[in-house]
Amino acid sequence: MAKKEESVKLLGFWISPFSRRVEMALKLKGVPYEYLEEDLPKKTPLLLELNPVHKKVPVLVHNDKILSESHVILEYIDQTWSNNPILPQDPYEKAMARFWAKFVDEQILPAGFMPLVKPKKGIEVAIEETRELIMFLEKEVTGKDFFGGETIGFLDMVAGTMIPFCLVRAWECMGIDMISEEKFPGLSRWIKKLNEVEIVRECIPPKEKHIERMNKIIERKT
Amino acid sequence: MVTGDVKLIGSWASVFVMRARIALNLKSISYEFLQETYGTKSELLLKSNPVHKKIPVLIHDDKPVCESNIIVQYIDEAWSSYGLSILPSQPYDRAIARFWAAYVDDKWFIALRSILTARGEEEKKAAIAEVEERTDHLEKAFIECSNGKPFFNGDHIGYLDIALGSFLGWWKVVELDANHILLDETKTPSLFQWAERFCNDPDVKPLMPETTKLAEFARKLFPKPQA
Repeated sequence: MAKKEESVKLLGFWISPFSRRVEMALKLKGVPYEYLEEDLPKKTPLLLELNPVHKKVPVLVHNDKILSESHVILEYIDQTWSNNPILPQDPYEKAMARFWAKFVDEQILPAGFMPLVKPKKGIEVAIEETRELIMFLEKEVTGKDFFGGETIGFLDMVAGTMIPFCLVRAWECMGIDMISEEKFPGLSRWIKKLNEVEIVRECIPPKEKHIERMNKIIERKT
Repeated sequence: MVTGDVKLIGSWASVFVMRARIALNLKSISYEFLQETYGTKSELLLKSNPVHKKIPVLIHDDKPVCESNIIVQYIDEAWSSYGLSILPSQPYDRAIARFWAAYVDDKWFIALRSILTARGEEEKKAAIAEVEERTDHLEKAFIECSNGKPFFNGDHIGYLDIALGSFLGWWKVVELDANHILLDETKTPSLFQWAERFCNDPDVKPLMPETTKLAEFARKLFPKPQA
């Protein structure tokens, strides 16, 4: 339950999957918060003051506590507000969720963006390498609605913000159908299910505006 | 108490393996240590960690857990009634410990390793400067987290102590290689004293590799280019 005079602020950026996933968690828990939009790449003095180490979004301010790094923030939210748990209770399931979340951000993202924008070994090789990584996730979600089971959880939020509502859009800009229904029936179904969840729909960048911005990013990096 | 069947695939020289072993020691968990031979990967390793094919891998009742910091958290949670807590109890303190542990791996370690892989004096100098700057951040983190107590975690070693402390063997080896002090008693006095306490902890001491042996191994791992 929210205590009196509890204050939650979130510094974010509309196309950052890292800050959108924190919004999802706050909404899932029903935590009221004040959202402060950063206009990246310009960084406000507030952002630099609150996150001097990394100078990045998201930053969560809960009363007098300042937190950064999306996985750290998600776990903090889960432990602070105990309704609608985000992480599994079982230690092994929890370890698996953490493992795959790390995999999404540290393996799929680096493989699935720059090597496709600037393919050193050729675009087909880059696509195949990305698909090989995504296949690991396919196995994890097959037979389930969500990675979290019947409702969205930690890994759904991390992978959901990063893959269908970020990387897939980048891939669309590049004319790549990475997660085809034929090759990835489990993930394709998962993406459809995600789109049915109201909290998810509220926390993803609007498609047209996103594609427009994504095209500009890709152009700059090419 | 029944702990189940516990195996750890690893190597004596690996920082990341040491983290898992310290955690198991803290919880007094007996385990079978399966030493990998440098240069080869066992079938069990490839089967248990098909994604990364790396050590450490903890196998608890035939279920593998990978990634050192994830393993340490698993050990704390699976055996929560054993020994002392590895992670702090308060959500904010846990978050701070996790934040800095991620910083150690993503920022500090990368800088440390780049001293060993630096080509030429200019690159080495730049790498050393980066390590010094990041170590300075960790000094401040120690002061903030320890709150006057001997360890990041307070009265006894915990998650962040383990995350950073496991590097102390390699930290010394890189110092020798660079011929430059990287843990300075005057620049980062709190960390310097913490390091000594950490290395003397009974759950750590038997695991810390001997410097000459590690330096020799480092030369194999990071061969210097021929002049």
